[in-house]
Amino acid sequence: MTRYLIKKMVSLAAVLFLVSLTVFSVLFVLPGDPAQIILGINASPETLAALRARLGLDQPFWAQYNSWIGSLLQGTGGHSITYDMAVFELIGSRLAVTGPLAIMAMALAVVLALPLGIFAARHQNRPADAAVMAGTQLGLAVPEFWLGILLMLLFSVHWGIFSAGGFPGWDEDVWGSLKALFLPALALGLIRTAILTRLTRSSMLEVLREDYVRTARAKGLRERTVVYGHALKNALIPVLTILGLQMGQLLAGAIIIENVFSLPGLGRLVFQAIGQRDLPVVREVVLFMAAAVVVVNFLVDLSYAAVDPRIRLDGQ
Amino acid sequence: MSDALLDIRGLSVYFFTPEGIGRAVDAVDLSIAPGETLGLVGESGCGKSVTSLAVVGLVPSPPGRVVAGEVRFLGRDLLQADPETLRRIRGREIGMIFQEPMTALNPVLTIGRQVAEPLVAHLGISRTDALKQAARWLDRVRIPSAQKRLGSYPHELSGGMRQRVMIAMAMICRPRLLVADEPTTALDMTLQRQVLALMGELKAELDTAMLLITHDLGVVAQTAGRVAVMYAGRVVETADVGPLFAGPLHPYTQGLLRSMPLLGAGRGRLHEILGTVPAATDPIRGCPFAGRCPSSFDRCRHEAPAMETVRPERQVSCWLYEDSKQETTG
Repeated sequence: MTRYLIKKMVSLAAVLFLVSLTVFSVLFVLPGDPAQIILGINASPETLAALRARLGLDQPFWAQYNSWIGSLLQGTGGHSITYDMAVFELIGSRLAVTGPLAIMAMALAVVLALPLGIFAARHQNRPADAAVMAGTQLGLAVPEFWLGILLMLLFSVHWGIFSAGGFPGWDEDVWGSLKALFLPALALGLIRTAILTRLTRSSMLEVLREDYVRTARAKGLRERTVVYGHALKNALIPVLTILGLQMGQLLAGAIIIENVFSLPGLGRLVFQAIGQRDLPVVREVVLFMAAAVVVVNFLVDLSYAAVDPRIRLDGQ
Repeated sequence: MSDALLDIRGLSVYFFTPEGIGRAVDAVDLSIAPGETLGLVGESGCGKSVTSLAVVGLVPSPPGRVVAGEVRFLGRDLLQADPETLRRIRGREIGMIFQEPMTALNPVLTIGRQVAEPLVAHLGISRTDALKQAARWLDRVRIPSAQKRLGSYPHELSGGMRQRVMIAMAMICRPRLLVADEPTTALDMTLQRQVLALMGELKAELDTAMLLITHDLGVVAQTAGRVAVMYAGRVVETADVGPLFAGPLHPYTQGLLRSMPLLGAGRGRLHEILGTVPAATDPIRGCPFAGRCPSSFDRCRHEAPAMETVRPERQVSCWLYEDSKQETTG
C-alpha cells in the first residue's frame, strides 16, 4: 500500500509538472498582451511598460516560469489581476460552488442510473427496457446548456419554484444556495444519468450471464439477492471507472452550465479569466483541475480494490 | 417406476434462435431412485446440461423453453411449479455442482459467505451460525485450515479446492438429489479421483441420489449405478453400468466405448465415430444417429425408433433390436 501511494504521488507530481509547463507555454505564446487588455487600447506606452514590469511580463520565459513555480511551492501562489486577491483564495471560494454542484450532479446520476440500469438489464428486450433505453438515448442527444435553459424555463419562469440563476452564497443562505444549485445539478446529472444507465445495463447484462450467477440461482437464492448480492458488485467496476472520469470532469467546472445559471464556479472563473488575460488565475485553475482529475482517479483506484478483492493495489 | 425420486417423462427443451428452432432436448425420459447415481453420458452439445437445468427451471430463457414433458420430483411436477416453489427446492432439495470451478464461484464474495448462503436462504439460520456450519463443511470436504478459508476469495484457492467448495455449497442443506454437471472435467486426473471419491463418500453418508453428467465414460464407470446415453438431444440407451460396459447395445454407445483409451491396449489409433453430430436446428427424420451409424439401414433414415425395453432393466432406441423387444413392465 505504501509503495502504491508513493507511486501515485510521484505520478501526480509528474502530471502537475507537465500540465504547469504546458499551461505556461500556451499562455506565454498566446496573442494579446495582458497589459494592453487590462489598461485598454488608449494606454500610453509608458504605463504599459510599467505594468508589464510590475507583472513580470518583461522577463524571459524561464525566469517567469521559475518565479511562478517558486510562488506555488512556497504556498502563496499568484495574485489575480482582475480580482486583486490571492488566486488560492479565489479558487477556494469558487470551489465552494463547483464542489457541491459536482457532488449533487453525480449523486443524482448514481441514484437514478443504478436502479434504472439494473431494471433495464433485468427486462432486457422487453418494452420496459426499450423505454429506458429510449430515454437514455434522448439524454445523450440533448446538449447540456439546452437542457439547462429548458429546466430554467419550466421551473423558474413558468412555475417559479427555483430562481433562474445566481448564487446567494453559503454564508448568506444555505437553503437558497442549495436551491440555486439544484437545477444546474439536475441538468448536469440527467445527462450523466443517461451515460451511467447504459453502462450499468450493459455491465449488468454481461454479469447476469456469468456462471456464478447461475450458481447463485441454483442455490435457491431470492432473485433480489442474486441481483444485488451477487451480480451488482461485479457489474460495478466499469461503472466506477466512468463515474470517476465524470466526477473529475465536473470538478474541473461545468463551464457552460455555470454560465447558463450565472453560478460563480470554477468553470466560469477560468472562462472569464481567459477573456481578461488574468494569467495567474488561468494557470492555477487549470493546474488545480488537472490535480482534481488525478486525485479523483486515485480514489477510483482505491474503490476498485474495495469492490474486487482480486485487484491488489500493490500489484504483486 | 412410481418410487422414483426424480422422474422425467417426455422432456423437450427447444431453443428458439434466429437460425431456427434447436431441439436441445427431445422427448427425454429419465428416472432416478432415492440414493441412486445415474450417469448421463454424451458428447458436448447433446443436451445433457440443458436436461439438468430444465429440472430446476434454470434453462436460459430466452432463447430456451421447455416445450413439453413432466419432471416429477417427490411427486410434484416441477415444470408446473411456480418460481417461488422452484426456488425453495433449488439448493435445498436439489443441490447443483457445475463444471467450471474457476467461474462458478463469485469472485468478489468470500468462500464463507458463498458456502453459508443456502443455509441462510432455506433454513433461516443466522449468518453467524451458518458460517460455523460452513467451516465444518469445508473441513468435511478436506479443505485445510477451514476456519481461515472462510474469509478467502475464490481466486486464492486452487482449482481442486474450488471444486470442493462447490461440493460443500451444494451439499450443505443435505439435498435429496445432487446434480453434478461435469464436476471433474476441469481437473487433472489425480484431483478428479479425489473429488469423485469425496462425492461418493458424502453421497453415501447423506443418502443423496445423484445425476452425474459427464462426457467421460471413465468417470461413469467409477461412480454411477445406472447410465443413460444421450445423443443429439435424445436418450438412446439406458442400462446398469456393468452390463453397459460389458455389452453396449446402441451403435453409438458401442462407438463411444471403442473410442476410449484403455490401459495396456497397445498404441494403435483410437477408434473414432465418423461424421459429426447433426446441428440441433437440422430437421431430423428417423434416427438421429443414422447418418453416422455403421449398421444403419433404410428404415433408420425414415422412422425414429422408440425407447424399448430389450432386456431386463435395459432400454435402447434402435431398430436393430426390434425383434428382442420385451413387454414393458409397469
